[in-house]
Parts: sequence; C-alpha cells; structure tokens
Amino acid sequence: MKYPTVTSGRLGMAAMILAAAWALIVVPSGGDMTLILSGSIYCAFAILALSLALIWGFSGILSFGQTAFFGIGGYAYAVLALNIGDTTAAALLAILVAAAVAAAIGYFMFWGRLGDVYLGVITLVLSLILYRFINQTSGSEWKIGKAPLGGFNGIPSTPILTDLQGAPLWPEQIYVLCVLALILSYVICRLLLATGFGRVVVALRENELRAELLGYDTRLYKLGAFCISGGLAGLAGVLFANCVFVSPNMFSLATSSQLLVWVIVGGLGTLAGPVIACFLLLAFSNWLGTLNAGAWLDPNLVMGLVLTLFVLVLPKGILPLMQAGCDRLLAVVRHRSTAAKVMAQEEM
Amino acid sequence: MDYVAIILLQTTISIANLVLISAGLAVIFGMMRVINFAHGEFLMLGGYTAVIAAQHGVPLLLSCFVLAPILVGLVGLVVEYLVIRHLYGRLLDTMLATWGVSLILIGLVTVSFGNSVSGISTPFGSVAIGRFTIGLYELFLVAVTIALVVAGYLVMRFSRIGLIARATMQDREMAEALGINQRAVYRATFVTGAALSGFAGALIAPIAGVVPTIGASYLAKCFITVISGGPAIIAGTLSASGLLGGVNVIMTFLSTPVLAEVALLATAVILLRVLPQGITSKFFRRSQ
Repeated sequence: MKYPTVTSGRLGMAAMILAAAWALIVVPSGGDMTLILSGSIYCAFAILALSLALIWGFSGILSFGQTAFFGIGGYAYAVLALNIGDTTAAALLAILVAAAVAAAIGYFMFWGRLGDVYLGVITLVLSLILYRFINQTSGSEWKIGKAPLGGFNGIPSTPILTDLQGAPLWPEQIYVLCVLALILSYVICRLLLATGFGRVVVALRENELRAELLGYDTRLYKLGAFCISGGLAGLAGVLFANCVFVSPNMFSLATSSQLLVWVIVGGLGTLAGPVIACFLLLAFSNWLGTLNAGAWLDPNLVMGLVLTLFVLVLPKGILPLMQAGCDRLLAVVRHRSTAAKVMAQEEM
Repeated sequence: MDYVAIILLQTTISIANLVLISAGLAVIFGMMRVINFAHGEFLMLGGYTAVIAAQHGVPLLLSCFVLAPILVGLVGLVVEYLVIRHLYGRLLDTMLATWGVSLILIGLVTVSFGNSVSGISTPFGSVAIGRFTIGLYELFLVAVTIALVVAGYLVMRFSRIGLIARATMQDREMAEALGINQRAVYRATFVTGAALSGFAGALIAPIAGVVPTIGASYLAKCFITVISGGPAIIAGTLSASGLLGGVNVIMTFLSTPVLAEVALLATAVILLRVLPQGITSKFFRRSQ
C-alpha cells in the first residue's frame, strides 16, 4: 500500500483548508459579533496584503504606496454607490477604477523605465498626496455628484452592498463575503502565477534583461501585473468600505507601513505568508491595545522595530523559515521510521 | 507692480525652501545612491531640537547652526552604525530599513514629547511691499540657502573632501582602488546628510511648527525634488527646485496649496517619463 508523502507544502495546504473551514462554518454560526466584525476587516486587509505580495514578491516591483489603490477602490465604491444607487455595479466599477489608475501610473513608470527605487518613491508619493488631498476636502464644495467627500471625516454614509432583493447585507453576510473574496483572490493569484503570463512575470523578476532578450516586452508584463495588483487592492478597499466606511486613513502612511510589514514578516515570494502575517499581526496589535501597557507601546515604534529587525535579520520572512524547519523535522521523522523498519527486519 | 514683485519673491522663497529641505536627502542620494526614507524624521528631529532649546532660552540661531546639526548628525551616526552599514549594496532593503527607522523615530518622539503641536514664534518681524507683507525670516532663509549652495559648490569644487566626494560619485570601484576608504566616505556622507537635515529642520521650525508626524509632509516634496534632479547634487537640486518650486507657486496662486502638490507630482511623473534618470542625466552633466 502506498501512502501519499507528507511534505511541508501539503501540511500547509491542509492547515489552510482547515482554517478556511473554521472561518466559513464555525465562526458565523457561533454568533460572536466582535469576531465577525473584526474578521471581515482582517479579510479585507489580507486581500490588500495579497495584492502587495503579488506585485512585490513575484514581479519584483516594490509598490510602497499600494494603499493608494486601496483608498481609491474604497472612495470610488462609495462615490459611485451614492450616485448610481446600485451597489453591486459600484463595487465592480470601483475595482476597475483602481486598476485603471494603476495602469495610468504604471504607464509612466514602466515606459520611463524607472528603477526600483524610483518606483517605490513615486508610488509612495502618490499615496501621500492622495492622503493630503482627501484630508482637505471637508468643504461643501467638494462633491462628486451626490457624494460629499467629507475631508478627514470620510464618508460615514457609505452604502452597504445589497442582496438580490435590494436589502443591505447583514454583518454575518458581509463577513462570509469577505472570507470568500479572500479565498477567491488567493486562488486567482495562484492560478495566475501558473499561467504563461505569471511565468514571464516571475522570469523578469529574476532577470529583467534576460527576459527582454528572450523577446518579451517586459514593460507590458509589468503593467499587466501592476494593474491586477491595483485591482486586487481596489477590491480590498471596496470590502473595507463595507465593513467600516471610507476615510482618508485608508491612504495613510500608517496603513502603508503595516502592509509592508505584513509582507516582509510573512515572507517575500509567498502568497500565504503575508496573509497569515496580516491576521497574526492585526490580532497582536489588537491584543497590545487591550493591555494598557502605557505609552511605550506606541504602534509606530513597534511597527518600525519589527520592520527594521526583519530587514536586517530575517529578510526572507517567517513562512519560508517555517517551511524549511518543517521539512527538516519531517526528514528526521522519516529517517527514524525507515531506520526502525530496517532494524525490525534485521531482528527477524 | 507690487503684485508681480510679491509673486517673484514667493517663487524665490518656495524654491529656496525646496533646496533647503532637500539638501540632506540629495547629499545621501547623490553619493550613496540610497534613498533615505527617514529624511523627514531627521528634519522633524531638527525642528524639535530648535523648539525645545528655545523653550529653555537658547537663541534660535545657536540651535539652528550648532545644536540641531550636531544632535541629528549623531542620530545619523547611530543609524548608520546599527542599520545602514549592514545593507550597502542592497538598495531596496535600505529603503525598507530606513522606513523602519523613520517609524521608530516617530514612535520615540511621540512617546517622549506627546502628540501635540509645538512651535516658536517667527523672529525678525515682516516688511511691507505695497499692499502685501512678507516675513523677513523667510527672506533670511533665502539668504541662508544661497550661502549654503555657494559653500557646497566651493567645497565640492576646491577642497580635498570635495575631490574625494566627486571621485566616489563618479566611479566608486575606481575610487576604492585608488585607496579611498569606502566605508568611511559612506559614513561621513550619511552623517553630513543627517546634519544638513537637522539644520534645515531647525530653520524651518518657526514657520512650520513641529509634530512627531510632520516628516511625512516634507517627504513627498523632498523625494520628488531629489529624484527629478538626478545624480548631480547641487545642479540637480537647484534645477528641480526651480522647476517644481515654480509650478508649486503658480498652482498655489491659481488654486489651493494641496492641488499645487498634486500638480507637483504630475510634473515629476511626466518629467521622469521623459528623463528617467532626472534632469541632470541629460543637462548639466558635467556639474556637481
């Protein structure tokens, strides 16, 4: 009889499926409202982490200002939903808007053939300026159609997605939607990386010149990857708008730095790592907040320390490290069991 | 007539401001090809030094010219020793790590001094031009900036330190082969950049006030200026400040200061589409 070989990848897959089952079946039926509300927000952020993991880890494009597309997605959803009334259409359009903005910025960056550093600076500056711009739109003259932008207050009247009968979704339904969207986004990223397009993108991360010499127009591939990532970030923004409401904080530097920390802690070049790190670190900072440990637990200080230490000491992140450790452990176990078998045979 | 004069003066002030706050970043970028994301926080620390010293009765100019550069230079030295020197040659990692450092500095200052705005009154009073008034302190800043640029040019052009700096910028391997200690040059550069930022931050403090998070509001402008300017430190900063400062003032007069910042970004993005390595990659190529 043949047993399937146990590998760290398969163990990880099994753990992910168990976690998804728990999130989809146990949590909504338990009726714990805090868990459901924060779970929805965590899932929206996890999709944002996924969007950066895709563009940074697999295409080698470090977008410091991924929150720009997150915020644009959220604001586009709120503005469109208030204007056209149909929230489903608004949600889909908002994702397209975020992807379109990514395309426009991407055109200038990739056709200008800007280097890594410049890409980082331009995207970061984009989110910084959007943050300042949105923050000062509090006057009544700042309106798009029927939607007031609301300055630093954001748009508290952000409409909630509706079901087929036109009734707003319950928090439980939003939660399930967010979990499903996260799973779907993960699967889309996985499938995308398995296609020819995904392979070329990874190839140009490894060596852009070589990919170019093989005849690929690397600018187009980068633009494609950047658009998809922008769209994913837009989706995260739409979901976030449904869990809370849209406010300038979506663009803020704090959000951008948290996002970078999730990806680098989880593991660059993995998709599951940033998602796991996002959940763990959000839960961790929530827990820190409840500790009342005084001023020394300033969130910036903690985030900064984590970011700097990981860059210096563990630039590969936790997930690859765990996988390597797991593989070693499995190898040891396998070695022992074969040794035991051999000894048993010898005794007979 | 006085309207034209005031616009010209405002433009000059705006350009000088950009040069002043970007100088430290430009030195580090020009020499080391490292974008220092903690630049805004170095400015912020300079500002805090000036404000706290003023609250203890130290005259502003003393803290600007002596205290702030020394203190922020020391912070730069510590940051270089603990973080940057492990990351030379890993560009993106340097960006990430300096961002981490910037968050740590924001956190530390928030913990120590709280989150509120502090400020000092702007010295020197103001002068009237026709119907408008303009702060004398802002004109003083223009003068300081001009002096700084001239001093920078003289040092780069005529001193031995400037020679070493130019050699390292042009070809670092060759400079190393000729017996220049790379590590020492890099450390000195980082400390100089930090000290310059502290100096600028202290000078700006009376106009801008200080909060722990003020770095972010300088960040956008400084980065855009430095990467639009390109590799040459002085010529790059001057030409980019001239262009972007001009756009900024014109857009501020036509609409609002924030829309002017949006225009600043748009200008820079379009500029980089045409000149990806910045202005000095094509023009003023033989300058410093």
